[in-house]
Amino acid sequence: MNRVRLALVGAPNSGKSTLFNGLTGGRAKTANYAGVTVERRHGVFTTPAGHAVDLLDLPGIYGFTTRSLDERVSVDTILGRNPDEPAPDGLLVLIDAGDIRTQLHFILQVRALGRPMVVALNMIDLAERDGVRIDVPALERRLGVPVVPTRATRASGRAALLERLDAAIASEGWTATEGKAPDSADLKALQREARHVAREVILEEPAINRATRAIDRVVLNKFAGPLILAAILFLMFQAVFSWATAPMDAIDTGVAAISDWISATMPDIWLRSLITDGIIAGVGSVIIFLPQILILFSLILILEASGYMARAAFMMDEIMLRVGLNGRAFIPLLSSFACAIPGIMAARTIENERDRLTTIMVAPLMTCSARLPVYTLIISAFIPPTSVGPFGLQGLVMFGLYLAGIVSAVVVAFILKRTVTKGPPQALLMELPTYKMPDLKDFVINLYSRGWAFLRRAGTVIFTVSVVLWFLASYPASDNGIRGSFAGMIGSVLEPILKPIGFNLEIAIALVPGMAAREVAVGALGTVYALQGNDEAGLATLLQTAWSLPTALAFLAWYVYAPQCLASLAVARREMNSWGWTALLIVYLFAMAYVAAGATYWTATWLGL
Amino acid sequence: MNLDQLTEGASARIVSIDDGVADLAAKLREIGFCEGDDVQLLTRGPLAGQPLAIRLNRRIIAMRREEARAIQVDQSL
Repeated sequence: MNRVRLALVGAPNSGKSTLFNGLTGGRAKTANYAGVTVERRHGVFTTPAGHAVDLLDLPGIYGFTTRSLDERVSVDTILGRNPDEPAPDGLLVLIDAGDIRTQLHFILQVRALGRPMVVALNMIDLAERDGVRIDVPALERRLGVPVVPTRATRASGRAALLERLDAAIASEGWTATEGKAPDSADLKALQREARHVAREVILEEPAINRATRAIDRVVLNKFAGPLILAAILFLMFQAVFSWATAPMDAIDTGVAAISDWISATMPDIWLRSLITDGIIAGVGSVIIFLPQILILFSLILILEASGYMARAAFMMDEIMLRVGLNGRAFIPLLSSFACAIPGIMAARTIENERDRLTTIMVAPLMTCSARLPVYTLIISAFIPPTSVGPFGLQGLVMFGLYLAGIVSAVVVAFILKRTVTKGPPQALLMELPTYKMPDLKDFVINLYSRGWAFLRRAGTVIFTVSVVLWFLASYPASDNGIRGSFAGMIGSVLEPILKPIGFNLEIAIALVPGMAAREVAVGALGTVYALQGNDEAGLATLLQTAWSLPTALAFLAWYVYAPQCLASLAVARREMNSWGWTALLIVYLFAMAYVAAGATYWTATWLGL
Repeated sequence: MNLDQLTEGASARIVSIDDGVADLAAKLREIGFCEGDDVQLLTRGPLAGQPLAIRLNRRIIAMRREEARAIQVDQSL
């Protein structure tokens, strides 16, 4: 039998992704729709009766009046109008069981399309804990479609849903029919009908979740709220540094052991050099940062799953509005601290095109995790681990670099909003979800998929670049060291341009492959210096003697701005759908990098550092 | 009176949603605002009293004054 193609439809915060992870075990395939670049996430699972289901996770929608790119894909797919996606055989419609009164009209809207559907009243456990009671059989009779209470995080909470899915697949045959989106006149009527149904089926509807109210009294407090947000952000960055030390040391030791073992067992030919100096030095120096990236992703995932992230956006909205962005930009920009690519893509949720462009233009200024390898290396080599009051100086320097990125983003957004992206602000309508304990299994699946994406990148882009750079730096072999190699030739061309800002030839060489991805520069420096015969010394120790302090600081300043990531530039181009904007993005970032590095270098030199 | 004029903590009932700005009205309805529903202004943002955290039935929705002005409420009902 053919696979049944099922689409997951629901509002944001209804637990769609959690149900998706639960049903598919997190084995998702992601790709992009051609042209529109909205992520297409799907996975396969088998029902108890043996039906194979291809589950499509659609972006969250509240209704059929589409505004953002994301929402348009959902609506077009549901209506069978998406040219890249045949109409699904059936719809799995999710709503939050905690408040069906407010959302019932969404189900009526979907039902009006006449497609096979099953309704899941999700997070039933939380609703029942609050004291909500729903007459499910009555709701099912009124709607005329299967309705199942679910708890997406537990297999037991999904069992009834799977049973009903099997029954639905067997009985209806799941043949798709052509549907029509309800217009706004219908909406009012549907709402009226929904409220009528709600009165019949809601047996008990207590006040809003008490814990949520209690937490919000503190967290959204005008004085305590911003302080808590600042403390959370500060602790996040401290955690990324202190917790990651032990696993990073372990990886470092492991990588060195593998390299030593190969050096000891292989004959001294070019292949050994390629493996140890090229591949292991390059890939190893990036994989070492996996612990930090996982910690950062973990904290962001926990903040999202707990419900705090929307509160952060709430508190940031007014200040971001004044800067020229809006609260919705907070999550894309915060994601950009992990990686600008998901950040730029998350900007799709911003309906206003000008606000979306502004957000994309400043997203690369948020300190992404790929900069961490560079920052950590330079800071550990040049900044003494002394204390300033209760804080470590190294942590403070790191905080300062993050701050420099944020302040620059504010300035750039402010200027853009008053020049090229002028326009009125868009409406804000954002749900502040009920607080909940993040589910461990769901958390692990999400963390795994993000961590794996990083490793895959380290394994492909950085692997290739390491090999290419090793070749460039090793051939043609000559007596005058690195200056005679291909890399030296390219570096020599760049060196006069970079010399005024304190960069030496090795930096110029490392920046060449570093264009592919920021973290590659660490591997590149490793490779460049390792090939000069300094295998034994750690790269940090080596840099201490090779670079002056002003050069090191200038290098840090350069990295706050330089758009050295082909992948994110490619994504930005696709998302902005404009070469002009992309050119502006690249030019302004390189210009800022050059000026900032130069200013840092000359100030530090003048101060006699 | 409009939703943005409620004092913090005050509850009211929605009497109408301004159809003047069609797009905004559709957005408000889709997210769930409807005549007869119970709303409460929970709190205002830390800067300039924006945005507003509004309780609608059993959920909380953040919006700015601009959006809240499109919702007419009655505290006496």
